[in-house]
Amino acid sequence: MAAGAHETSLGIDHRKLGMWTFLGSEFLFFGAFLATFLLYVQTTAGGPGVEIFDIPFTSISSFVLLMSSLTMVLAHNAHTQGDLRRMRMWILATAGQGAVFLGGQVFEFNVFVREGLTFGTSPFATSFYVLTGFHGAHVFIGILLLLTLYTFSLTGKVKPNQPLKTEMIGLYWHFVDIVWVVLFTVVYLIPELTVLD
Amino acid sequence: MSSTTATRPGRYQRPNPREGFISWITTTDHKRIGLMYFWTVLVFFFFGGVQSALIRTQLAQAEQSVLTEEIYNQVFTMHGITMVFLVVMPFAAAFFNYLIPLMIGARDVAFPRLNAFSYWVFLFAGIFLYSSFLLGGAPNGSWVGYAPLSTDAVSNMGFYAIGINALGISSLAASINFIVTILNMRAPGMTFMRMPVFIWMALVTSFLLLFAVPIISTALFMLMFDGVYGGQFFEPATGGDPILYQHLFWLFGHPEVYIMILPTMGIISETLPVFSRKPLFGYAAVVFAGAAIGFIGFGVWAHHMFTSAMGPVARSAFALATMFIAVPTGIKIFNWVFTMWGGKLRFTTSMLFSIGFVSMFTIGGLSGVTHAIVPHNAQQHDTYYVVAHFHYVLFGGALFGLIAGVYFWFPKVTGRLMNETLGKWHFWTWLLGFNLTFGPMHMSGLLGQPRRTAVLPAELGPTVELYNLLSGVGLIILFGSALVFLYNLLASTKKGELAGEDPWDARTLEWLTTSPPKAHNWDKIPTVTHRDEFWHRKYAEDEAGRPVAVPAGAAEDVGDPRGDNAEALDEHIHMPDASYWPFVMVLGLVPLMYGLNFASAPLIAIGLLWAIIGMYGWIIEPLAEGDDDDPLDAPNPSATTGAVTY
Repeated sequence: MAAGAHETSLGIDHRKLGMWTFLGSEFLFFGAFLATFLLYVQTTAGGPGVEIFDIPFTSISSFVLLMSSLTMVLAHNAHTQGDLRRMRMWILATAGQGAVFLGGQVFEFNVFVREGLTFGTSPFATSFYVLTGFHGAHVFIGILLLLTLYTFSLTGKVKPNQPLKTEMIGLYWHFVDIVWVVLFTVVYLIPELTVLD
Repeated sequence: MSSTTATRPGRYQRPNPREGFISWITTTDHKRIGLMYFWTVLVFFFFGGVQSALIRTQLAQAEQSVLTEEIYNQVFTMHGITMVFLVVMPFAAAFFNYLIPLMIGARDVAFPRLNAFSYWVFLFAGIFLYSSFLLGGAPNGSWVGYAPLSTDAVSNMGFYAIGINALGISSLAASINFIVTILNMRAPGMTFMRMPVFIWMALVTSFLLLFAVPIISTALFMLMFDGVYGGQFFEPATGGDPILYQHLFWLFGHPEVYIMILPTMGIISETLPVFSRKPLFGYAAVVFAGAAIGFIGFGVWAHHMFTSAMGPVARSAFALATMFIAVPTGIKIFNWVFTMWGGKLRFTTSMLFSIGFVSMFTIGGLSGVTHAIVPHNAQQHDTYYVVAHFHYVLFGGALFGLIAGVYFWFPKVTGRLMNETLGKWHFWTWLLGFNLTFGPMHMSGLLGQPRRTAVLPAELGPTVELYNLLSGVGLIILFGSALVFLYNLLASTKKGELAGEDPWDARTLEWLTTSPPKAHNWDKIPTVTHRDEFWHRKYAEDEAGRPVAVPAGAAEDVGDPRGDNAEALDEHIHMPDASYWPFVMVLGLVPLMYGLNFASAPLIAIGLLWAIIGMYGWIIEPLAEGDDDDPLDAPNPSATTGAVTY
């Protein structure tokens, strides 16, 4: 987009405004799945319910994902200073933490399935897997984007004077993170505290 | 324009054909994409019309069995899906594409390749939906797709869940594109309250899409997981709640009603002032009423579900909200009437369709208010009274207005006028056929004729039978009328009377440029100083407030955007290059959609991989010269002309 920020009517770059708009839409996507999960949180059809969650384990992987937002900020900061080498380091760190989180989710899903919570066990199971699965898919896409950014910064497609590109992916990444903050609280913590009381 | 094809060593070139098949496959020009939407819509409209003919044939007499019940169910389901998702919505998208950049003084939309992507997704999702006829039968669980019927394999609703979801991607991409375009690419001086009402309604519609599409998307994903992959969302046996589907569907479905009607309201707010030779009465009221409809539209969905288990409190709340939303709609009706009041009316075909819209939509709106009354609603639920109501707002409303827009902007698009005599034949037969088809449904519905029933029960009596026969006769008139329209459209494109640049004495910016507009729309971006900018360049006011023509060239404010030095300006204009990638990427969607429907992992993998490769092609293809990816990092010559170079 040649039209830099100073030429647009609102003074915001098109791509950034487009990303914000898209993320606004995404909130409703996750919101509807989350509402569905809450409706079914006790509809376990005799199968496992929220007591199956391993809060300490998921806390750790959630912490890793939260920290990846910090490295994302550091990457963007490095890019605004034109330091692509440092930017690449933080980008790799972010993607790596995303991968750790994703690995944790795959492991967790495997454990749950072995403990009898399969996709079709109950509305609780289906809504849990679809909700957190879609979040995992978003993390996966985020990792792809980060690795693409990393590669393109090596080939010269992403230049030192284009921090907007890092910022855009950062916006997406923070969004995925914020969604997880809500999901972890509402899906794991609150039901665990209230249902088991 | 010439500059976009300049050779840059060491980088592969983007395609830039000007004509032929490839030029349409690769186009990123908003005007061409708008036209592709339009012609595709006509094809789907034909299919939808054929389905309605089958329905009316079956119901022409009681206890007929021209179609089997299975086929009848497929036909009415596909009729609904087609008319809502493949006709009215993309018809509006055709207008949005063609007109938004022209009316706000931009050269293209914010993301031209994403725009092409939206169109191709729409096309292939439509083809995917129709391919179901050859692959074991079309969806037969009605366009609302209520679970748990729709999660049962017998209903073929996999095509519905996946096809509509793909259409949602198209709508979502388009809405983001239009929102950014309208917010960010207005010509200098075009403040929000100087935007044409059509642009306002396009903006509200885009926001409605932005927030409604993700909700239907979740509902359809749930249907797909339940139907194809053994999920339990709506399975009552394990405690799943089918009412949840209804809530999610209508939380999208009611805003969807406004998504279909608001673009038309925008069109009418442009045509009525022009043909009344008066500014729109109460511009601010119309704009705020449109925005209010957008907000309240998200709070009335459950009036579609008054007969489902909800409880009296929810019913009362939604009944109140539903009556409340009639207020902003009523405001608009009065504004349109007062725009015509005391005006110098010219009854062109476009004006006739506009007035047709206002009157037919009012009838549909009034029967809509009756649905807000809960006991009344319970009586009418799933009868033909409801069918009559929503055809009055969608056919008598949305479609009348969209056709008014076709007659109005045809000279803009082609440089020629449509034949007015044929146009008037079209209008009067259309009005007659429409009322004959859908008017009697009010009565047959109140007499108890059920919707979505393959056989008209004989015990309803000869009166109901007569009403159904009248509907069939009306449909025949509508078909004849549509043929007149089609002939007029094709013949006028070829040899219609030349329109000149301002055939209607119009008011808004799009008439300031040539007809048809050049690929780059404007040689020089106009500066806007008034609402109804074009009108104010043509007319000043005398002491009594009457318009007085300004002598050519005497308008003090700005230069002619078609300027004398067009050649000199031309070389600084950078337009988006054409691209294969949106098309290539969407081709990956085809195996993905079939793979999801038939639970075939290899097809899903091929589709995903293809789409990802397409996406990388999209990212790494060289952008047009002069943008921030240019290797030369030269100072950007287009900066002063506001060019679009994505």
